[in-house]
Amino acid sequence: MSVHPGRAAQRSRTVELGMPTVASDPHRHLRGTESFPAAAHKALADTQLRRNLGHATRTIRAKRAGVVSEVDDWEELRRAGEAIKADTMARLPELLVELESQVTARGGVVHWARDAEEANRIVVDLVRGTGADEVVKVKSMATQETGLNEALEGAGIAALETDLAELIVQLSHDRPSHFLVPAIHRNRAEIREIFLREMPDVDPSLTDEPRRLAMAARAHLRRKFLAAKVGISGVNFAVADTGTISVVESEGNGRMCLTLPETLITVMGVEKLVPTWADLEVFLQLLPRSSTGERMNPYTSTWTGVTPGDGPQAFHLVLLDNGRSNVLADRDGRQALHCIRCSACLNVCPVYERTGGHAYGSIYPGPIGAVLSPQLTGIDGPDDVNASLPYASSLCGACFDACPVRIDIPNLLVQQRAAAVDAHTRPTGQDVAMQAAAIAMTTPGRFKLAERALGVGRVLAGRKGRITSLPWPASGWTNARDLPAPPAETFRQWWARTHGGD
Amino acid sequence: MRIAVVATCLGDALFPRAPIATVELLERLGHEVVFPADQTCCGQMHVNTGYLDAALPIVRHHVEVFGRALDRGADAVVAPSGSCVGCVRHQHAMVARRAGDEGLARAAEHGAERTYELSELLVDVLGVTDVGAYYPHRVTYHPTCHSLRMLRVGDTPLQLLRAVRGLELVELPDADVCCGFGGTFAVKNAETSTAMLADKMASVLSSKAEVCTAGDSSCLMHIGGGLSRLRSGVRTVHLAEILASTDRGNASADLVFDTAEVGP
Ligand code: SF4
Repeated sequence: MSVHPGRAAQRSRTVELGMPTVASDPHRHLRGTESFPAAAHKALADTQLRRNLGHATRTIRAKRAGVVSEVDDWEELRRAGEAIKADTMARLPELLVELESQVTARGGVVHWARDAEEANRIVVDLVRGTGADEVVKVKSMATQETGLNEALEGAGIAALETDLAELIVQLSHDRPSHFLVPAIHRNRAEIREIFLREMPDVDPSLTDEPRRLAMAARAHLRRKFLAAKVGISGVNFAVADTGTISVVESEGNGRMCLTLPETLITVMGVEKLVPTWADLEVFLQLLPRSSTGERMNPYTSTWTGVTPGDGPQAFHLVLLDNGRSNVLADRDGRQALHCIRCSACLNVCPVYERTGGHAYGSIYPGPIGAVLSPQLTGIDGPDDVNASLPYASSLCGACFDACPVRIDIPNLLVQQRAAAVDAHTRPTGQDVAMQAAAIAMTTPGRFKLAERALGVGRVLAGRKGRITSLPWPASGWTNARDLPAPPAETFRQWWARTHGGD
Repeated sequence: MRIAVVATCLGDALFPRAPIATVELLERLGHEVVFPADQTCCGQMHVNTGYLDAALPIVRHHVEVFGRALDRGADAVVAPSGSCVGCVRHQHAMVARRAGDEGLARAAEHGAERTYELSELLVDVLGVTDVGAYYPHRVTYHPTCHSLRMLRVGDTPLQLLRAVRGLELVELPDADVCCGFGGTFAVKNAETSTAMLADKMASVLSSKAEVCTAGDSSCLMHIGGGLSRLRSGVRTVHLAEILASTDRGNASADLVFDTAEVGP
C-alpha cells in the first residue's frame, strides 16, 4: 500500500520508483546503538536521572488525572478520537490528495517525501533558495526523526530550536527523551549550568529559579525571532477539507516562528491528518488534557496556505512518509499511526519512569515508541536493538488507559514481539525453550512428567526452603528474588488424592 | 453450580495452594467443582513473549479441554488468576484469527464468555461477598495489572476481603502501579523489573501489613520473592487462600515461603 496518490505521481518522477518499505534513518534518531536492557542498565544506576524523572512524571500524572476526571464524557471523546483516526487511516491516500489540493489552492506548495533523506533534501533546497543561513524552529518530532538539524548544518545552515526544553537539549548537545518535555531528564540546577555554559550573552548571576531561566531563554531567542527569514515547524493536525495546519503549544515561541519569518516550511508525518475542521473539536479537547494536563493549551496556531500581507508569504508543506505506508499496510499495526504524541503513555509507564527516554535509543520512547520505532525501521534479526524494544514493557496496560485515542499498545507490543520472533534468522535459546514448552503444554502426559522434574527444585532449595541462586538465564530472577521450593505435591496430585481419578 | 477449575500451570506445579483453596472455597459454598485433568496451560507465556505461532496449539488445547467441560454440564470455568483469564478473554481469539482459524476463534470466544477470575465468579456471578472466611491478619491488597486493566475486576476483591472476619485491610499506596513482574519481562529486563519491585515492596512495607495478597500467584511469586530476599517479615498469600481460611482451618499458617523454612 502506498499513500502516494496517483495525481502526485504524475508530477513527481521519484514516486514511480515505489515506496521504501522501512524508514530511512540517516542520523540514527530512530534506531539506538544498544539493546534496551543494556541501555536501561546505565539509566537505572543514574540516581539523578531517576529522581528527575520520578518527580516530573509523578507531577504530570497527577495533573492529567485531575483534568481528565472533570470531563464527564471523556470516554466518549476517546472513542470519537479513535474512530476519527481509524477513518483517516482507512482513506489516507484520498485525504492526502484533498489536503494537497486545498493547500495548493490557498497559495501553499506541497512536497512529497518518501523518506528522511528526501525530506531533508527538500527542506535544505528550499532554505538555500531563500538565501538564509539561519532558521528558527518550532518543536517538531518529524524533523527530529529525519535529523533535519544535522542536514541543515551540513549545508551550512544554523537551525535554532525555540521550544524551551528543546533548546536545552540542543544547547547541551543532548538527545530528547520525551515528546512534550524533551529535557524531562534534566532538573533546574542542570539547566542553569547548561545556560551558563552555552548561552554566550547570559547574565552570569543566573539562578535556577524557573522564571529566571525562562527569561534567560527569552532574551536569547528574541533577537533570533526578529532576524529570522525562515521558520520550520511540524504539525499537530492537518485538516484535509480546508487545508488548515495546526500547531499546539504552551510557550508562544512557536507562534513567533509561525508568523514572523517570510518563509514557513512545515514538515508533517502523513498520519497527522484529520478529515474535517470539525474533527479538531475532539482532538483539541483530548490533546492538552492528556499532554500537559491543562484544560486548554495557551497557544493554538492555525493557518491555511498564505494570507497576503499577513504572516509568511511563502508556505511549503512537506509530507513525510518514512516507513508509514509500511505501517499502514499492517491492519492491526496501523493503530500506532493514530498517535497524537501527547506523551500520556510515557508519563504513566512504570518502565519509562525508571529508565527514561534515552534507553529506548529512538526519539520515539516509551510504550508507543517501543512499538513505533521497530515498526518504522524494521527488525533485522535477533541481535538488532529494535528486537529488544517491544519487550521493554511489563504489559501492565497503564498506557492504554491513558491514551486519548485508545491505542491498544499492549496488543501492539505483543504483535511486535511476534515480529521480533519472526525475524529470528537462527533458532535462539529462547526459541528452543518455547518450542519444548509448547510440546509439553499440548501433551498432558508430558506436562505431568515436566511437573515431576520440578522435584529437582526441592533439592536446590534444600533446608532453606527457598532458592536463592540459579544459573543464567534464571539468574535474572534470583539476582534479586528468591524462589520458593516446589511443593511436595502438585495440584494434580492433590486432586487425585482427595477427589480420585486421574 | 458446576464449576470447572483451571489450576493454571503455575498453580498446578509451583503454587498448588491457590487452586486447592479455590476448590475448597467453592465446595464449601455448596458448588460442585470439576478438574478437567487434560488441562495444561492457557498459553499466556508464549503469547506474551511473541510466540504466537507456537501458542496456537496450546490455545487450541485449552479451548478444547474446557469446551468439553462446558459441553458436559459445567456452568462456568474459574481460574485463580487474573492474567490467565485475561489471556483467555483477550488473546485466545486473537491468536486463532491471526492464524486464520475462525472456527477456533469463535470457540475461544464462546468459552471465554463463561470463564471467570475467582473474585468475578464469586461477586458478579454467584453474588456472594461474605464467603464465611476468617483470617486474623493485617492484610494489604495489590491489584494485579491484568485483573485491574484487562478484566476490570474493580473493587470486587476488596469487597470480598472486607467481609472476612478478623481481617484488618490496610491500603496499599500506589496500589495500581505494576509490581514489575510482567512474565518473561522479569528475566529479560531483570534490572528494570527489580527497580519496579523495589517501589512496590516499599509500598507494601509502608502499609505495615503482615500479608500482601493478590489474585495472581505469578505477581505474588515476584513480590514475595523480593520480600523473602529482604527477610522483610511480610509474606504473600493468594486471595483464594484467605477466602478459603476459616476458624476451623489453619488460618495463621504462612503459605508460601516460610513454612518450608521450618523444614525437616
Ligand atoms: S500512544 Fe496515545 S498516549 Fe501515547 S503519545 Fe500517542 S496518543 Fe499519547
